[in-house]
Amino acid sequence: MHKNAGSENNSYEFILDCNDITKQYGGTQALNGVQLKLKKGQVHALIGENGAGKSTLMKIIGGLVQPNSGTVFFEGKHYQAKSPVEAINAGIAMIHQELNPQPYLSIAESIFLNREDNYKNIPILNKKATNERAVKVLKKFNISLNPKIHMEHLTLAQIQMIEIVKAVSTNARLILMDEPTSSLDSEETEHLFNTIRDLQSKGVTIVYISHRMDEIFDVCDSYSVFRDGSFIDSGNISDVTKNDLISLMVGRVVKNIFPKVECSIHDVVFRAEKLCGKGFKDISFEVHAGEILGITGLVGSGRSETMESIFGLNPLNSGKMYLYEKEIRIKNVRDAMDKGIAMINEDRKEYGLCLFRSITENISLPSLRKKHKGILINQKKEKEECNEIASKLSIKMANIKTDAFSLSGGNQQKVVVAKWLMDRPELIILDEPTRGVDVGAKAEIHSLMCQFAAEGMAIIMVSSELPEVMGMSDRILIYHEGSLNGEITRSEILSGKENQETILKKEFGGR
Amino acid sequence: MKQERIQVQKVNLLKMDQHDLNIFMKRYGIGFVLLGMFIVLSVASPRFLTVLNLSNVLTTVSINGLLAMGMVFVITAGGIDLSIGSMLALGSVTIGLIMNATGSIFLACAGSIIICALFGLVNGFLVAKFDMFPFVVTLASMLVIRGVSYVMSGGYSFALAKPEFAQIGLGKLFGAIPFPALIFVIITLMAFVLLQLTKFGRYVYAVGGNIKSATASGVNVLWTRIGTFVIMGICAGTAAIIMTARINAAQPNIGTGYEVDAIAACVIGGTSFSGGISTIPGTFIGVMIIGLIFNGMNLIGISSYWQIIMKGLLIIAAVMMDKFINRKN
Repeated sequence: MHKNAGSENNSYEFILDCNDITKQYGGTQALNGVQLKLKKGQVHALIGENGAGKSTLMKIIGGLVQPNSGTVFFEGKHYQAKSPVEAINAGIAMIHQELNPQPYLSIAESIFLNREDNYKNIPILNKKATNERAVKVLKKFNISLNPKIHMEHLTLAQIQMIEIVKAVSTNARLILMDEPTSSLDSEETEHLFNTIRDLQSKGVTIVYISHRMDEIFDVCDSYSVFRDGSFIDSGNISDVTKNDLISLMVGRVVKNIFPKVECSIHDVVFRAEKLCGKGFKDISFEVHAGEILGITGLVGSGRSETMESIFGLNPLNSGKMYLYEKEIRIKNVRDAMDKGIAMINEDRKEYGLCLFRSITENISLPSLRKKHKGILINQKKEKEECNEIASKLSIKMANIKTDAFSLSGGNQQKVVVAKWLMDRPELIILDEPTRGVDVGAKAEIHSLMCQFAAEGMAIIMVSSELPEVMGMSDRILIYHEGSLNGEITRSEILSGKENQETILKKEFGGR
Repeated sequence: MKQERIQVQKVNLLKMDQHDLNIFMKRYGIGFVLLGMFIVLSVASPRFLTVLNLSNVLTTVSINGLLAMGMVFVITAGGIDLSIGSMLALGSVTIGLIMNATGSIFLACAGSIIICALFGLVNGFLVAKFDMFPFVVTLASMLVIRGVSYVMSGGYSFALAKPEFAQIGLGKLFGAIPFPALIFVIITLMAFVLLQLTKFGRYVYAVGGNIKSATASGVNVLWTRIGTFVIMGICAGTAAIIMTARINAAQPNIGTGYEVDAIAACVIGGTSFSGGISTIPGTFIGVMIIGLIFNGMNLIGISSYWQIIMKGLLIIAAVMMDKFINRKN
């Protein structure tokens, strides 16, 4: 009923009309000629797997990123925002997934940041006038908060509401919402949906990105599906089912070939029993020598958090861990390393490398403690060992003394892998081992993993990329919102009993 | 063709390939500024390039040099220490009190080093354990330490019981090498070994370069950070010995502003303020450049006020160079 609110009065068919948008980051094609067409007053779901290019397109429309090519029309006029300010001035607001409020500004000050009231002709702030304006706009959304309250005292949901109020008060006709419910509970989500419907009745158009299918069917009118940086399909939500959308998102058959080598699987190396911590609960699993255990789930489902706790980066709230059936306690990273656990973090630049130090220094850092007796570093031995492992992993570099910064993503990742191989670990955890790595290096990292397995290490591989998980793992664990939701064996995949669609369903909470 | 061969020979002479040479230039390019100053001053003043004058320069820079050798550890690990000027005063008063009470020069010197190291430990603990800003922590301890030295001395300077103590500041080894210069050179060598050849030094670079990555590599971040502040304290305590010997009295009001020159020497010597990048030879060059600005301008007869301006401008130039080199940040 509310779907075509007043569109016939306008001279344009689509309020936002994006065509042939292309965006490259370095060598990777983030967007490959995608389109996005929105009708006025609609709530439009933009869906796709991690890395499908949704966020990139949002950033382009929001003025944060410039496309390489393509055209955008907004309200019938050619539109190109070079900065977020230009997007806001044009009438497009963006609600980011990560909210960044100004904690020490009041609600009124936050809403009218950069649009403050002054006393007549004097450049002194008229706080009273700003507060009154704030009360007026808050009232429109039935929010009864005192505008003088500081942002730091608000809940995440309230902060998000204020962001939406701010967007509307700038006269935004199009609001982009990137996973707005990822940090809200169900009641807050319901409140957000009421706000969205309210905005819709006022003629505001909304792009809604979410991984939660139920929400999409609850609040959206139409959809567009992206996959691997390309536009796949669009239509009305009422014409499709959840399974239709999941098939559209996955679409492809497993086309990448993985150099998985079958290894004989031996005893249990590591066993986790009911691990609980921030972002995950009741996680139990075991991993054997020679086995690659794949772990998948949506971003934020608690996979990486679990691994970081096992490695001692974050504390565990409860649960037990066993290495070779002996209980182990891990308080910090050094404990984990002493037990023979290594972890390659998903964030290479944050946790993996000191970018402006040499390759040698990066590779030898974790193993210095054990490999060099006394206080001095045996420079010659260090150089030899690093060179040896660098050539074993065929790291392409000018010189082992160059900064890690100068390497390509794939080679940087190999340096991180090399760090942890210096001291042969029993259990190696690889979190997104091939993220941001080109195809060639990817295959090399995969065959290295098989080599480790053959040498008898136990391997845990966390990945969002389903073909990788399916192609490399002996077993797959699937996370859903902090808990395990299913386990799949390699034979089930090889027999075709389980495929990308069934795995994705489990990631979304299905059985 | 001929030119190429010459270049290759040159590079081989330094036992470096082109790549090593690039790194060398990046780390020690500031050395050419020092070389340039040497040449200009040698031409401008016949008194400059004499053994006497050069050993004078080394003696004058020794106090700042010792402080800079400590400071480079702190800055490399991503910190800063503003309390070292006050530590000089505390060290001085401690030397006076212990010497006058026990009559032992050795105990007095040990006391200065230990008490400064202890305050360094406190600084480091507050910074590393509670993740407080080093600037704020050491700003506060600067006041506390200054106050403690006034309380200990009653606010007055006082004479030292052992006149031979002054020899540490005035004496020369074999009648040629002044003791302060000797101590400075020895501490520089020790700092070089510690920062660039030991595991601890490597951890300092790792913590300053990327603290999260250091944690995730099993580095003991807490004690590495604390360690840098303790080293700073030891260097300050040693500098206090030389300073007290040169003044030949215990004084609670010395050392104000000394942190500025120490930080300046580090920065001019290529130490990155964001941590993780520094060298001891670079810092040594930074110390010498600051010393030569003072010495050279005196020799040429330029008003000493200009040296302050020069120092300031040089710091800006050095930081700009740092930004330029590390633009990839």
